[in-house]
Amino acid sequence: MTNSHGRRVHVWLRPIAVWVALVLLGLASLGSAYLPLNAFNTSLNLAIAGTMVILLWLFLMDLVGSEALVRLIAVAGLLWLSFMFALTLSDYFSRACEGPGDVPPATCVNQKTNRGAF
Amino acid sequence: MSDAVTALREPWPDLDRQREGVSVGIWLFIASEVLFFGALFLGYTVYRTLYPEAFRIAGAQTDVFYGGVNLLLLLTSSVTMTFGVDASRQERRRTTLVCLGLTMLLGTAFLIFKGFEYSADIAKGLFPGAHFPLQPPQTQLFWAFYWVMTAVHAVHLAVGVGVVGVFALILWRRLLPIESPGMLGVATYWHFVDTVWIILFPLLYLVGRS
Repeated sequence: MTNSHGRRVHVWLRPIAVWVALVLLGLASLGSAYLPLNAFNTSLNLAIAGTMVILLWLFLMDLVGSEALVRLIAVAGLLWLSFMFALTLSDYFSRACEGPGDVPPATCVNQKTNRGAF
Repeated sequence: MSDAVTALREPWPDLDRQREGVSVGIWLFIASEVLFFGALFLGYTVYRTLYPEAFRIAGAQTDVFYGGVNLLLLLTSSVTMTFGVDASRQERRRTTLVCLGLTMLLGTAFLIFKGFEYSADIAKGLFPGAHFPLQPPQTQLFWAFYWVMTAVHAVHLAVGVGVVGVFALILWRRLLPIESPGMLGVATYWHFVDTVWIILFPLLYLVGRS
């Protein structure tokens, strides 16, 4: 489409398509939360949320059409976030419940049950 | 003098470079915001892993209706904002202003719904403290995260509504040309606030439903 009207339709089409996809993903997330999937409920919900964020960032925030520097900054933010999660979680989830004295650490993960305890 | 000339500011050689500068600036800010909200998400992750049953019990008490409606409102507002950015680039003044107005309305509707939800939560006593109605005690941790994360998000959204309103007023009074690159910065911030709610929705409203 090369005329002005066609260009306008094209410009409006992508945000509408993304909105439909986002709403459908939101509904899928809501619906799946009521399925008895145990631990997979959270994984599925977060995977759907991640997909929604990627769609939003790429097409509505227009990272797909941005300069390389802008994309680099976006990725850098996520990279530092992943460092923060990796370093903190590796500490918390490797703590044993047995402390050096009579009192165990305030937060720990029971190595046998993989559950938290005081 | 065309709008393109008046939109151009020092030290930029042209409008495209100026837009790039706005993009870089707002994305640097957003990268810092990712880490800010990331710290809250990280705390939530640690305690949810330590006390999964308490979080399941506590999470089932949030109102998924309000959370879902607010998700729909923000997703729609992101699209109206995108329409606004496109209209601004095409120098379609009326469409740009209408889109900014719709975005503000949707954001305000979110805050009103959030107010109703907070009111219902408080009526049910779901505020951490001495008379908290749920057991075990770690359920209070979930609700502490709920209040802090949703309140911080609401503050960001309220700021967003204010910024969109002021920017729309500036454009309406022709203090800036309609294709001002500032529109890109406003829109990117708005989309980020939407992003945070997309993450918060499963963390706070879909826990303990199955």
